[in-house]
Amino acid sequence: MKIAVCIKQVPDSEARLRVAADRRWIDEEDLRFVVNESDEYALEEALQIAEHTDGEVVVFSLGPERVREALRKCLALGASRAVHLADEAFAGGDAIATGRALAAAIQNGGFDLVVTGSQSDDVGFGATGSILAGHLDWPHVWLVMGVEIEEGGASAKVTREMESGMNEVIRLRLPAVLEIQAGLNKPRYASLKGIMQAKRKEIATVAPSDLGLDPSVVGAAGSRVETLSVAFPESSGGAEMIEGDAATAAGVLVERLRKEARVL
Amino acid sequence: MPGKIWIVVQHRDGKLHRMSREAVVAGQKLAAAVGGTAQAVVLGHGVEPVVEALTHYELDAVLVAEAEALVDYTPGAYIGVLAAAVAERSPTHLVFGHSYQNVDYMARLAQAVGGSLVSEVVGFEQGDEGLVWRRPIFGGKLQSRLRVSGPAPVVVSVQSGAFSADEAVAGSAERQSLDSAAAVPDREILGVEEVSGEHVDLTAAEIVVAVGRGLGDPQKMGIIEDLAAALGAEIGASRPVIDSGWLPRDRQIGSSGQTVAPKLYLAVGVSGAIQHLVGMKGAGTIVAINKDAGAPIFAIADYGIVGDLHEIVPALTAAVREAKAGS
Repeated sequence: MKIAVCIKQVPDSEARLRVAADRRWIDEEDLRFVVNESDEYALEEALQIAEHTDGEVVVFSLGPERVREALRKCLALGASRAVHLADEAFAGGDAIATGRALAAAIQNGGFDLVVTGSQSDDVGFGATGSILAGHLDWPHVWLVMGVEIEEGGASAKVTREMESGMNEVIRLRLPAVLEIQAGLNKPRYASLKGIMQAKRKEIATVAPSDLGLDPSVVGAAGSRVETLSVAFPESSGGAEMIEGDAATAAGVLVERLRKEARVL
Repeated sequence: MPGKIWIVVQHRDGKLHRMSREAVVAGQKLAAAVGGTAQAVVLGHGVEPVVEALTHYELDAVLVAEAEALVDYTPGAYIGVLAAAVAERSPTHLVFGHSYQNVDYMARLAQAVGGSLVSEVVGFEQGDEGLVWRRPIFGGKLQSRLRVSGPAPVVVSVQSGAFSADEAVAGSAERQSLDSAAAVPDREILGVEEVSGEHVDLTAAEIVVAVGRGLGDPQKMGIIEDLAAALGAEIGASRPVIDSGWLPRDRQIGSSGQTVAPKLYLAVGVSGAIQHLVGMKGAGTIVAINKDAGAPIFAIADYGIVGDLHEIVPALTAAVREAKAGS
């Protein structure tokens, strides 16, 4: 099967975030960027399906120059080539504009399946994959916890996470868009050979005109949702912060739990 | 243009989903803020108990799409019916609870009807800048303020717990029927299964020690086990710990795991993403230990210690043992 995987590059979850001077986004200087967590699981799932079906994986990502590093990592893990939606016109898009751009890039590639993560760790709308499916007019599933390809690629049996520890098992026709939940497989590490091979693999750079899109329908120009500002939430002032070295703080905490909260 | 707010509810076994009751409150408040009316929308088969419950809220109407093709949720059938209804009746806003089922299709609905989407809203204000939506970003570390322009409708989902179901305004609403001819399922439902065969019941525990990604290394789980043993506590975990295979899935606390309300909850190396918070914020006393002073967990904790959990946890275990020996 020929599989498209969409990934996003996001700040490392351990990174200490600062609000940018214009307060519209975070200050990205000196931040470490990584492949979004659920997208790593999506790539692994796609690689496994491709291995079982003698297929190939092509990775797509939208974002600035730094995104090439994330795409190179996916190539090292086993994707055969990458497409970078790099043009400045793509920047600042809401979920619908970004889904439109990705769909246009994937549309005529002869793909049997699109696999994405379920949610980005930065903005976290959980929407890009299903909007992409809407633009392609393919079925989709969000929060996928298991995939079995059936009938030689004509359909798939998919396990979808529900609330309260239950999963729903469904069957749908392919091609489709599967939005992968973190945790359904064990993402591989890149081998030295993979890293060496990745250097020779192609990362194509595309602009809206390459996709037959007017720049006004993608990125900030094509978006209706505008971020006015970002800020650290006001603390509810709840926690009493206990200071001191480990032994001192532990002693004070136990004292509070016994005498004040009366739970020990 | 006056607002026409639709609250699209989710239900199961004749009962409204908890988040849908919160969405009703959000919808009523939104109607008051923008000046307009709120209507509930129910899709399904055999939904009369749900419709009946909704007619006792202060709503302009309860719109009902009743069809056999809607007996199980599928995005194809739900989007088909709702897109046709939106085209016919032109609502300005569609309000959903931010549940797994709703997130599965609401973005695609927004795209299908030419509207826009704001996901996981925690609040909104009507002011000088127009209608502004607030929502968490970076797992709750930051919050963003968003404004939407362009054609209606705006599709929004409200985060679990952001609105209190108790604040619903009672009244009466009239039932109206929606056309359900466009209900075409696009999935074959094969069944429902439990995620984990064995089952640790964390809900019965009086004390829970929850471990997060901050532990760093599964080999270090011993310090957590020691603390739990000293306290007589069960061990729970946030999702990343489970996904990494450090603990079995039946120890997961949060929106896709168990919901607990023990008298004491110690969150160790747990940052406090909303998916975790919804599973434990009902705990009596909450203690957070984390190296990042900005971790969202501190916002809901009663006591917090900022520092290296690998030093603090063993010290805490010793202090608990000492206190228990002395009492």
